[in-house]
Amino acid sequence: MEETSVPKFFMRDGALELSSTKELVHLEARDLSVYYGKRVGVGRVNLSLYRNRVTAFIGPSGCGKTTFLRSLNRMHDLTPNVRVQGQVLLDGSDIYGPGTDPIQIRRRIGMVFQKPTAFPTLSVYDNVVAGLKMVGLRDRKRLDEAAERSLQQAALWDEVKDRLRAPAAGLSGGQQQRLTIARALAVEPEILLMDEPTASLDPISTQAIEDLLGTLKQQVTIAIVTHNMQQAARISDYTAYFLNGELIEMDSTSKMFTKPNDKRTEAYITGRFG
Amino acid sequence: MQQTAPSHHRRSLAYSASGDRVFSVIIALLASGVLILAVLMAWELYSGGADPIRRFGLLGFLTGTEWDPVIKKQFGAWPYVLGTILTSIGALLLSFFPALGAAIYAAEYAPRPVAVVINYLLDLTAAVPSVIYGLWGIFIMAPFLRDHFYLPTYLWAANHAPGLLPFLGNPSGYGLLTAILILAAMVVPFTAALARDAIALVPAPQREAAYALGATRWEVMQMAVLPLSRTGIIAGAFLALGRALGETMAVTMVIGNSHKLPYTLFGGAATMPSVIANEFTEAVEPLHLESLIALGFYLFIVALVLNIVGGLIIRRQAALARGVL
Repeated sequence: MEETSVPKFFMRDGALELSSTKELVHLEARDLSVYYGKRVGVGRVNLSLYRNRVTAFIGPSGCGKTTFLRSLNRMHDLTPNVRVQGQVLLDGSDIYGPGTDPIQIRRRIGMVFQKPTAFPTLSVYDNVVAGLKMVGLRDRKRLDEAAERSLQQAALWDEVKDRLRAPAAGLSGGQQQRLTIARALAVEPEILLMDEPTASLDPISTQAIEDLLGTLKQQVTIAIVTHNMQQAARISDYTAYFLNGELIEMDSTSKMFTKPNDKRTEAYITGRFG
Repeated sequence: MQQTAPSHHRRSLAYSASGDRVFSVIIALLASGVLILAVLMAWELYSGGADPIRRFGLLGFLTGTEWDPVIKKQFGAWPYVLGTILTSIGALLLSFFPALGAAIYAAEYAPRPVAVVINYLLDLTAAVPSVIYGLWGIFIMAPFLRDHFYLPTYLWAANHAPGLLPFLGNPSGYGLLTAILILAAMVVPFTAALARDAIALVPAPQREAAYALGATRWEVMQMAVLPLSRTGIIAGAFLALGRALGETMAVTMVIGNSHKLPYTLFGGAATMPSVIANEFTEAVEPLHLESLIALGFYLFIVALVLNIVGGLIIRRQAALARGVL
């Protein structure tokens, strides 16, 4: 297991020039393929997520970026007829290895979905601490602290602190999405996977969540699927471009958006395609 | 909006769709026929049973304990109302958790092929005619219960707790408990199928969200699935109750048909549908026949209310499930 020894000045800012410095690999996919029945969803992807960095997955619809993202915390286990091949190394050990418990993996690698998935009948508070209660945390004070801390992190605390007991269904879409982020953060995951988290949100909520990512990455490693290239450029340190189930290239975001290596990446980024 | 549409547009629409018009009128007539049928049925039941209802009172008819068509010509439906309540509530209580278990297993736990078989069997058993259940009850279940459960219990009570005997009643095998058990068996597929549908309505993202938090299957049920399907499951129980209330044939065949109060656990009882089925052929007195029709009227109303309430709850749940999508 690698120790985090990222110097303080690293943490303050996901500065682009840092990409030349030695980054710490947090999660690494090796020759990862996902099959839907006989059809290939993504084929032989090799990609690393770096510790305390935001990596954006971009590419046209159906290119496999979401499929790939979902293979990183074994969400495909839940779907029949989906087969995953290859390795995903979390701090060096394969999450698909024998004897690995997917439930433990998902507690370390959280996920936020495209549509807000707050549990509508549970209260705001119960939503946030749902994951903590699952691991057996019952101590009122610690739950309260965790709820406040996660809601602060998700930039939602001020809006909901007076209605923690109200059902989550009463929140707006943008608030519900930040609530699911708070819920994912409450269990203190090491990695957060986000599947187009702002796709169904208004610009203001989108802004709130984008602002959030900059501070969040001080604690967690983030992978985010997005359709919005400006968003990828704004928030990510690294960008990976997927096309037809393949990883075309991945590099620091500044390089990807200025002088990508591959013609196809350039075509997509300049809007001539996709 | 429609008034402001240009008239030529509307005319041309009508012209091109004249076949559609005719068709929609025809199906509207057919559909209103169903509605009219229901209203007429309620009216006929009410007018047919109006005389005893007037004579004994709207509630008095239900709460009167004397049902004597021969000597006193007194008609109080309480023994049948009580029998109906006991059998249907009893059946619901006995069947609810097994049915819920079957639904959860079929919807969430069972491997795909097993789930297919379970779902098929649920639908099949729900479609078996109740007289078949009745025959099975008469020839297999009732004798079995009598020999292996009622009689031993009765004999044990006779030796060790004679105080219980008046509550146990005649262990002939044909009585209240047998009716409850057969009704429970009959409503299980009904409750289970409705619960399964309610569970299936829960959007997949809700489940995935729980899994993504590191939930086990049971935690996913607890956190994401059951809270959202709860109302639908309850509605299913309402509809199952409506079915149990009205179930006639199988109950009539095994309940022992006695309206002597107080009812005992093993002894004979009767329900509103069972007394109608039993007595209508020999109801020569007009008041007797009208009392049976009045029973039918009350049953109709209760079934109607249960179905409407159940239907409304299911609709609300579907809306809730859609709302969080």
